[in-house]
Amino acid sequence: MVSPKLSVKNLSVSFDGKPSLGGVHLDIAPHIILSVIGPANSGKTTFLRTLNRLNDEESAMKITGSVLLDNKDVYREYDPVILRRKVGIIFALPTPLPMTIFENVIYGPRRQGIQDRNKLSATVERCLKEAYLWDEVKDRLHSPAMKLSGGQQQRLCIARTLAVEPEVILFDEPCSGLDPISTAKVEEAMSKLKKHYTIVLVTNNTKQAARVGDQTAFFLMGELVEVGDTGSIFTAPRDRRTDDYISGRFG
Amino acid sequence: MTALSPKITQRVAFSLLLASAVTVILPVVVVILVIVKNGLAAISWEFLTTMPRSGMREGGIFPAIVGTFCLVAGAIVFALPLGLCAAIYLSEYARQGMLSRVVRLAIVNLAGVPSVVFGLFGLALFVDFFRFGASILAGSLTLGVMILPVIITSSREALDAVPKSFREVSLSLGATKLQTIKHAVLPHALPGILTGTILGIGRAAGETAPILFTVAAFYLPRLPQSVFDQAMALPYHLYVLSTQVPNVGVPIRYGTALVLLTIVLLMNLAAVTIRSHFRAKKKW
Repeated sequence: MVSPKLSVKNLSVSFDGKPSLGGVHLDIAPHIILSVIGPANSGKTTFLRTLNRLNDEESAMKITGSVLLDNKDVYREYDPVILRRKVGIIFALPTPLPMTIFENVIYGPRRQGIQDRNKLSATVERCLKEAYLWDEVKDRLHSPAMKLSGGQQQRLCIARTLAVEPEVILFDEPCSGLDPISTAKVEEAMSKLKKHYTIVLVTNNTKQAARVGDQTAFFLMGELVEVGDTGSIFTAPRDRRTDDYISGRFG
Repeated sequence: MTALSPKITQRVAFSLLLASAVTVILPVVVVILVIVKNGLAAISWEFLTTMPRSGMREGGIFPAIVGTFCLVAGAIVFALPLGLCAAIYLSEYARQGMLSRVVRLAIVNLAGVPSVVFGLFGLALFVDFFRFGASILAGSLTLGVMILPVIITSSREALDAVPKSFREVSLSLGATKLQTIKHAVLPHALPGILTGTILGIGRAAGETAPILFTVAAFYLPRLPQSVFDQAMALPYHLYVLSTQVPNVGVPIRYGTALVLLTIVLLMNLAAVTIRSHFRAKKKW
């Protein structure tokens, strides 16, 4: 068996003394898409943001247990800046920075000190192609990113994350604001990306989880109820609550 | 007596509100009209560019204009970097704790201190303690301290108005916190910071009390040679012309006031223009 890319051991997170996540155990194998489903306030976004330490900035966050990336403790053995270059994230709402498409894509590489114009141009082309956006924007790379449509903006955000050359990509409900066609494009990009990256996808859309996830984890009220192959979770869930949720009895 | 119908109550209320609003405009218009009417006659190229003569009863106000510009420039050079850095610390780094509460309280208090107290403070600290003497340096520092709260408050508001998502995006792309502030936050806060700075400049240019003991020369018919020189300044010059020198012609006094008012209004206009220009441009 391959060693897991990410390994979460007995992870609990609380904000201001209010527990948000409790006792999560979970291994994520490399080059798969893990879908994380669950109703609102089930802790799935907290879980995701814990993986690349984006919650560090929140006040009064307390965390116990550990998250291992390639067997190294994310909270004790990684500098958060280095960690976030390895573990990228796509947010729920498309969040291009108010600059050109080109500058958006190379925001990460530039912060690492890369100045060579040819190299940066090559990065832009590669990442926009990987995110299925190149054909739509190749003639206007230097126009403002804010002018793109919502779906294009979200694919730009994917390209921007790819430019940092991460190993893991976290998607936080990436299609919640998109129409079905844009959603299909983002899903297509994700399916192709898993060849090179490990993907964790938080989604409110159980159908999406079933479509693109190799594995699926179900969170409820801060607890990981069940995790397993997407097929078996959706056809033969072991836990009654999982069954209730995916069959639409609540949530 | 029966109650008034709602319709009439509406009309009365509306008229009262309108009257209040118009009353606010009135003093501004009257002040400007009076100053322009009495001062316009004095304004000429010679008035703006020559030294005062005959015990300030004739000639121009050139050294006072130069002095005011020097003081304002010095105040900004001192207050902008300090205030901006303090604002960045408070907005981006400080956790809600004892220190940040104390700093906030200090800023509020600083903003509430009467300007003449700043003058005394400048006299004690910069003129006497640091032995700068009555000089442009001492006056600039005093004005700088006075406008610090304006700059800090407006910079903080501008920084806080930058969406949190910009910071998260930048951090998530592997930028350090300092890089995030420099590349994803500051550029978008700049218009607000600039607006606050210009308002600060306007205030520094117009105040008399802080420069009274720290820099202002009663009559100095030459330009300042260094930052340790005394200088004339428009607001103090106006005070002197109006109360200390007998038989100064009305046009010279009002002309001086007109120049001062124009400088301050132009700066406020610039602040408003910058703000509306950038507000129209940014879309997030």
